[in-house]
Amino acid sequence: MNRIDRVFMDLRNKGQKALIAYITAGYPDIDATVELVHTISDAGADIVEIGIPYSDPLADGPVLQRAASKALEKGLKVCDVFDAVRRIRERSDIALVFLVYFNTVFRYGVESFIKDSKDAGIDGFIIPDLPLEERSEANGVIKRYGLHHIPLVAPTSHERIKEIVKEAGGFVYCVSTTGVTGERDKLDTDMAAYMEEVKRFTDLPRAIGFGISSPEMVMSLKHHCEGVIVGSAIARLIDDPSSVKDFVKSIKKALE
Amino acid sequence: MEKISSRFGNFGGQYVPETVMNALCELETSLSDALKDEAFLKEYKYYLKEYVGRPTPLYFAENLTKELKGAKVYLKREDLNHTGAHKINNVIGQVLLARRMGKKRIIAETGAGQHGVATATVAAMFGMECEIFMGEEDIKRQALNVVRMELLGAKVTPVCQGTSTLKDAVNEAIRDWVARVCDTFYVIGSVVGPHPYPFMVREFQKIIGEETRRQILEKENKLPDCIIACVGGGSNAMGIFHAFYEDKSVKLVGVEASGLGLDTKMHAASMAKGSVGILHGMKTMILQDDDGQIMPVYSISAGLDYPGIGPEHAYYKETGRAEYASVTDKEAIDAFLLLSRVEGIIPALESAHAVAYAVKLAPRLSKDSIVIVNLSGRGDKDVETVSNILEGRI
Repeated sequence: MNRIDRVFMDLRNKGQKALIAYITAGYPDIDATVELVHTISDAGADIVEIGIPYSDPLADGPVLQRAASKALEKGLKVCDVFDAVRRIRERSDIALVFLVYFNTVFRYGVESFIKDSKDAGIDGFIIPDLPLEERSEANGVIKRYGLHHIPLVAPTSHERIKEIVKEAGGFVYCVSTTGVTGERDKLDTDMAAYMEEVKRFTDLPRAIGFGISSPEMVMSLKHHCEGVIVGSAIARLIDDPSSVKDFVKSIKKALE
Repeated sequence: MEKISSRFGNFGGQYVPETVMNALCELETSLSDALKDEAFLKEYKYYLKEYVGRPTPLYFAENLTKELKGAKVYLKREDLNHTGAHKINNVIGQVLLARRMGKKRIIAETGAGQHGVATATVAAMFGMECEIFMGEEDIKRQALNVVRMELLGAKVTPVCQGTSTLKDAVNEAIRDWVARVCDTFYVIGSVVGPHPYPFMVREFQKIIGEETRRQILEKENKLPDCIIACVGGGSNAMGIFHAFYEDKSVKLVGVEASGLGLDTKMHAASMAKGSVGILHGMKTMILQDDDGQIMPVYSISAGLDYPGIGPEHAYYKETGRAEYASVTDKEAIDAFLLLSRVEGIIPALESAHAVAYAVKLAPRLSKDSIVIVNLSGRGDKDVETVSNILEGRI
């Protein structure tokens, strides 16, 4: 069974919600990335999303843009990210997802990229610039390798949700608000109605991401979903692994 | 509703975050309706005539022709449009569409500042809120255009991500649009971006070629042998090429900027040196490294300083309908000086690339051949850059 499915099944049986933590590969450096996965896994994260730095990340706000450009300035290559995943897998069985912009996949060769990801130990993919209209370029191959292509839905998706969640796997990434990634004080979206709308079309777990900055926010969201995704808030603390650990713990506690 | 194809062969598409997909669908529907609506087209033509000053002349450059001792050279005078370039044709179309869709706020990216100025101008005329995203580097290089946009009431927002140039301004404009998709219309300045933008911008620029075709038949009673236009994103080129698509005897040439040379890293020639990839929501020819990271590009001309090209051009190249050549900074400056001296027309540095190619081509053709150069913009904005070069300061 795919590790992502196992995570959600175990959590459902225990009546718990998933904590999905995002980190940018190679920020502050690639050795730190390997260690951070273990740190946030020990602190209670259920799934780790590893972002492959890209020069033109359209869906990201300033914090994650900076993280990606810092990693690239240091000369990070896609093959270094695959190496890091293999190193993580030597010591960990946590579910791992790549957050990757499509040009990275396309340039590498779609089939080769998916195959090498699977061989390294990746369980699924989030491709933020490959919407429903274009997803056939990767969807079939991902499935063929037994991995999940995790779809994104947005508060603006409405009648598109039905088609988007068809053929999807793993979980549904529910973008909390219009806009890019980054911490926010509050969310303007009517989350209850939005999450109900998603549920109407799928039994897949729903994870809410974009803008989640605090345990308080998680407390108010958790009743609407099966998981939350935290990214920029972790990136901000990244230079101090112990505060990353404390933050992840506090989010996990808020989910209980 | 008839769907407009989102692709030109394998190129184009919609590689964007889900958050804007509904907005793109809404845009496509509104555009498709508008293009079939006589009242909309009448309004568009009205502003092009009364406000922009169309039709622009197709001028026989007699002195340049004598100088080059070959084909007759005609110039399509897009530099005579209001705001000094072809950019405003497209902006009029998109802003009228934005009004029709009930959008209150207009945003745009700009490189050299020409598209930003055109957008700020039209927004001022229609009394709409306007914000222009511009790379910090370009703000320094094109200070005068920043003042123009501000005089016109636009807010100019500096972009300091990435390379702080046009590509990053597009990224930031898309991010802003993602955040304010309900009340905002993003006016893209070239035949780039996710579908339906490349199609829409071509539709609002194709008037250049339609006029040119009519004008040359009136003057010469035959079609030209060759049409030359510079390409960054490629809107002036697609604007003049499109009406000649079926006229297979007419050779179409797009001229890219090869900066300091194709054998250096300092160029912006995505056709000559690029490969297929995804940038700004479209699949097209782009300049990228082995990992698919977008590479920094360079040209003396800020308007050609772009690491991609419109997907329809990629299709024209693949199918052989158009060919793509390149011209260096030095050749462009020589052409800039030549045209100023012999015709009394100071071209934009972008357009000077097309002139430079004509300078190479015309002498090789017979005297009864006809070459048309799309003179996409005027060069006032570039006078300082050129004077710095002549004085050896760059």
